[in-house]
Amino acid sequence: MTKVRVYVAYKASILDPQAQAIKAATHKMGYQEVTELNVGKFFDFEFDAEAEIARAKAIEIANELLANPNMETYKVEILNEQSEGAN
Amino acid sequence: MKFAVIQFPGSNCDFDLLWAIRDVMGAEAEFVWHDEKSLAGFDGVLIPGGFSYGDYLRCGAIASFANIMPEIKRLAKEGKPVFGTCNGFQILVESGLLPGVLIRNEALKFVSKWQALKVENNQSNFTTEYAKDALINLPIAHGEGQYVVDEAQLAELKANGQIIFTYADENPNGSVEKIAGIVNKEGNVLGMMPHPERAMEELLGGADGVDLFASVLKNFVGK
Repeated sequence: MTKVRVYVAYKASILDPQAQAIKAATHKMGYQEVTELNVGKFFDFEFDAEAEIARAKAIEIANELLANPNMETYKVEILNEQSEGAN
Repeated sequence: MKFAVIQFPGSNCDFDLLWAIRDVMGAEAEFVWHDEKSLAGFDGVLIPGGFSYGDYLRCGAIASFANIMPEIKRLAKEGKPVFGTCNGFQILVESGLLPGVLIRNEALKFVSKWQALKVENNQSNFTTEYAKDALINLPIAHGEGQYVVDEAQLAELKANGQIIFTYADENPNGSVEKIAGIVNKEGNVLGMMPHPERAMEELLGGADGVDLFASVLKNFVGK
């Protein structure tokens, strides 16, 4: 079993009104030090596959479903690489 | 009594609420923009439904840090009536004035219809004009109205009679114990998903919302 986390966020070139609104709220709370804030999401998978196969499958899923390449980027991370083989 | 109807960017029931309290009930009321920093001269707060700040982050989360919020909290602390419907309820839980939180409807669908409700407690400041155990009809229109609260807080809500309205017959959103509206422990802050301000005249489908505002006007005068 391989645990995989896929992070999805807007490309830097895409204006994200939600992130802008949250940033403005942090300023209203008094955190004037906040200069930049980006919002994204992550998806935690468990694959019944070895790490490299799981990574390849996750990339396929990210390309086809989780992220829209027109506006989003993604990053794939293997979470249990150290314990690989223990399961 | 003079009421403030708070307007956030994305509020869309603000005119209904002003019309209900001012035109139907005959009370004094004015809009107050969320960026204002004072509620001086106001004796009550009405927070409308809608989609404040586009529901970004979580419903009501960003509105709860608006410039006007410290003043709303001040009035709440002073025992003045504070009422939130729909998104207004979501703002009240996010700001900590009411316990619990509202999440996506269990069936994942936006529900918009007339809903039968039971008045669970007609001894609250908001419900004395209703009969005991009254069944009423009010419109609901929300995608995130599933009320969630932990066991300890639920027990406290029950023990203190803070559950004011529940959904009669089927549960439209999966709320725990069919909860549709609650008050704070002190009894002066009410949040509810249904829209009493949309049920003010028989000609427009029903008038079961009138007794709620009538209760407020009766019970908070002079406080």
